[in-house]
Amino acid sequence: MEISVTVNGTEHQHDVEPRTLLVHYIRDTVGLTGTNVGCDTTSCGACTVHLGGESVKSCTILAVQADGADITTIEGLATDGVLHPMQRAFMENHGLQCGYCTPGMVMAATSFLEENPHPTDREVRIGLEGNLCRCTGYHNIVQAVLAAADA
Amino acid sequence: MTVTESAPATEFIGQRMLRREDPALLTGEARFTNDLVVPGALHLALVRSPYAHARIVHIDTSAAVALPGVVAVHTGADLAAAWAAPMPCAWPVTDDMKNPAHFPLAVDKVCYAGDGVVAILATSETAARDAVDAIDVTYDPLPAVIDLEDALADRVVIHDALGTNTSYTWALKVEGAPGQIDAAFESAAFTVRERYVQQRLIPMAMETRAVVAVPQPFGGDITLYSSTQVPHILKIMAAITLGIPEHQVRVVAPAVGGGFGSKLNVYAEELLCMALSRQHKVPVRWSESRTENTQATIHGRGQIQHIELAADADGRLTAVRVRLLADMGAYLQLVTPGIPLLGAFLYAGVYDLPAAYDFECTSVFTTMTPTDAYRGAGRPEATYAIERAMDALAVEVGIDPLELRRRNFIATEAYPYTAWSGLTYDSGDHDAAATKAAALVGYEALRERQRTQNIAGATTRLGIGVSSYFEMCGLAPSRVLASLNYTAGGWEAATVRVLPTAKVQVVTGTSPHGQGHETAWSMIVADKLGISPDDVDVLHSDTAIAPLGLDTYGSRSLPVGGVAIAMACDKVIAKAAQIAAHQLEASVDDLEFAHGAFTVTGSPESTMPLAAIAFEAFSAHNLPEGLEPNLECGVSYDPPNFSWPFGTHICVVEVDTETGAIEVLQYAAVDDCGVQINPLIVDGQVHGGVIQGLAQALFEEAVYDSDGNLKTSTLAEYLVPAASDVPPITLGHTVTPSPTNQLGVKGVGEAGTIGAAPAVINAVVDALAGLGVRDVPMPASPNTVWSAILGAAPAPTDTAGTDVGDHPDATARTTVAPPEGGAP
Repeated sequence: MEISVTVNGTEHQHDVEPRTLLVHYIRDTVGLTGTNVGCDTTSCGACTVHLGGESVKSCTILAVQADGADITTIEGLATDGVLHPMQRAFMENHGLQCGYCTPGMVMAATSFLEENPHPTDREVRIGLEGNLCRCTGYHNIVQAVLAAADA
Repeated sequence: MTVTESAPATEFIGQRMLRREDPALLTGEARFTNDLVVPGALHLALVRSPYAHARIVHIDTSAAVALPGVVAVHTGADLAAAWAAPMPCAWPVTDDMKNPAHFPLAVDKVCYAGDGVVAILATSETAARDAVDAIDVTYDPLPAVIDLEDALADRVVIHDALGTNTSYTWALKVEGAPGQIDAAFESAAFTVRERYVQQRLIPMAMETRAVVAVPQPFGGDITLYSSTQVPHILKIMAAITLGIPEHQVRVVAPAVGGGFGSKLNVYAEELLCMALSRQHKVPVRWSESRTENTQATIHGRGQIQHIELAADADGRLTAVRVRLLADMGAYLQLVTPGIPLLGAFLYAGVYDLPAAYDFECTSVFTTMTPTDAYRGAGRPEATYAIERAMDALAVEVGIDPLELRRRNFIATEAYPYTAWSGLTYDSGDHDAAATKAAALVGYEALRERQRTQNIAGATTRLGIGVSSYFEMCGLAPSRVLASLNYTAGGWEAATVRVLPTAKVQVVTGTSPHGQGHETAWSMIVADKLGISPDDVDVLHSDTAIAPLGLDTYGSRSLPVGGVAIAMACDKVIAKAAQIAAHQLEASVDDLEFAHGAFTVTGSPESTMPLAAIAFEAFSAHNLPEGLEPNLECGVSYDPPNFSWPFGTHICVVEVDTETGAIEVLQYAAVDDCGVQINPLIVDGQVHGGVIQGLAQALFEEAVYDSDGNLKTSTLAEYLVPAASDVPPITLGHTVTPSPTNQLGVKGVGEAGTIGAAPAVINAVVDALAGLGVRDVPMPASPNTVWSAILGAAPAPTDTAGTDVGDHPDATARTTVAPPEGGAP
């Protein structure tokens, strides 16, 4: 099927197999590999991107469902070589170690703060419960999101 | 000149420097193995056994071969000639250890659900996976063996040629005088005898495994890209297993998304990609799905532990006796048999025990995924047993568990302390760490609150759990590893290369996958050489660039690899001093090196910066007679001792006796890893480790049904905690430098995991002590807690057996008295 999507401000048109997941389209067809895959059950959130401004797990929708949509991936967050405040906050608070969950975590966190600009520690934890991290124990991820909220 | 082996100035060491690794990881620039674009690569998919134990009767590949995109289909029999040796086990712990030959694809028989049976190559990943469903394998199912005591009884022998399921029995008995241990138990004022189960765990690195093998058919070289912790070990083992000359194998670990021990291995898929890429003369790649990952990547833990303590009237330990039954899984992977033995020296914990220690481990095969190293590897198990048993002993003695620990701690002034085992512990101050942890949670006030809160009928009960530990890490002195029959050594290599423009390349044999070595190693070099960390590049994880190394596991990278780098810097400084002395017309003995420059003592104007020396070394126009050009020095460092980090964790919980729900109110971790190079990274290691240990205590278990099917094969079923499931962590540190290396450092990667599980369960049991509960098995789910309160035996897990060894009457002790109220 022919689809047309805008990814990080650039329009793309491709003929995709109907069963193609959005994450595989982004990685394999568009060629943006910052979005990672960590599971096969929509559990881990490593593949989180923004679709029409909202965070979605890109393993959980088909590419054809994104036809006409405006998508932002982790590659689209920093502008002109300057890290997004959330990326900066993750770096300054050591909110990442191996970095594999990080793109999805950062995308989920930026979306979360738009919904709740001044969260508590507990609200951040609940807001990010769809994204798993195995390295950090979440402590510094929460600190990073709280710091970004104050920034 | 007095620069050799000196502790560096600490302009950068000790700073919370932000990680140079982060921008690439935060922006999607980092390249993990699956991100590599390799034109022309075929995709490998595996048909895996759906049975835990079965004979392969027939394999029909005809339908798959006919599918579009399918290039080749291989069975184990087809590929038999591809292997020069079985898959490697590098740790034959005893001379008579039984190790079944294990090949990347099963040939006659499958021994766990997930065992590889057929390899499919196709032009796309989807085509390869589609073809998996078109392979028709006929199996003759055999009984599963998923209970350790059942395995020990040999009711069903899994590997016919071995004639038994027992792989080995390994014993370590030390007593000062013959009969001392028996006498200690006979004359003890107090004894405890406990049985604990270390459930099977799935490591669950967020990046599953991925492999790309790129052959050069004309010439025979091959490059393997793999999501591995151990590119150097993998290179050697792949060469041996495939019969490829080692110098023609290059292994690269690109960005690696976590390991926790699970990528410390040599896996079938790595060998298959290499063999098939050579056979088909094209690159071959494989990407592991999460469901495959839960079955085809090693599991951790899996032990039944019996521990007995003898103590005098004051509660001081007089003897320790341990019997383990350990689950090897279906086959021995790279270091499977050695894992329980990494804990063998730690069942006396951080306590001053006389020479009265009796340890024995029997390890058995089961029809489950092979076990191997998972964060802590043997040491969390040991620490859990001794720390849970210490709490049981405190109840017997009738004193506070923290006080019991204080009475038994190895005294600070006794360091360096030679233990009953003959091992020397480098440095420690256990009381300081415990005192700090107690202060962080307000220990005395909590005990006071507990007395008023946990009254008869209370349904929200407060519990406080203490755990003190050694990490025992930094693998290790090669001679000690030899005494444990480990095949390899424990050294690490480093090269420091000062480029003509005075920028520095560091080549390390460590292979980071989240630990921040690039940042930390650059800080060490910056302080040693008096330069900026920004002028240091750290090269690693590619055997063509860093040909020597033993990789990253066992919290060894800093105390072995980081120290090697400091030593290589010393060599660079010593060589540079010869050039400086020559140019300044001074004696080397009259030079001082500070802030990146050599100065003649007493003549501050007579100075030469390292930058100038670097160019002199490069141009070689005017070097001392006989001195080689270039400023590059390498070191292979074999540490004189393990490193002995230590600490105390305290967990505070409330348990709802009506629902069994546990809420962690506070968690304080005080870790002492000696000198901290980068406290930011240290904190992160402890945070992550604590939550992995807490997750074992409360959430995680690889559950098999009685047919040997893994019931927790996805992240929807295996409960890796989310942020909302876990508490914030309060950290404290004490700093007791290690005297065994010039940096004063110890390891830190596993400390959190080692300390956490017993602290959490001690807190849960402490909360319920007034109800007569003496143990709550892991994972302490609400149902398990509730069952314990009711006095019912907790719901058995299939991997938890009944008993083993020479304590036939020791069984899981759940309650000693009926509930006093609160439970329905």
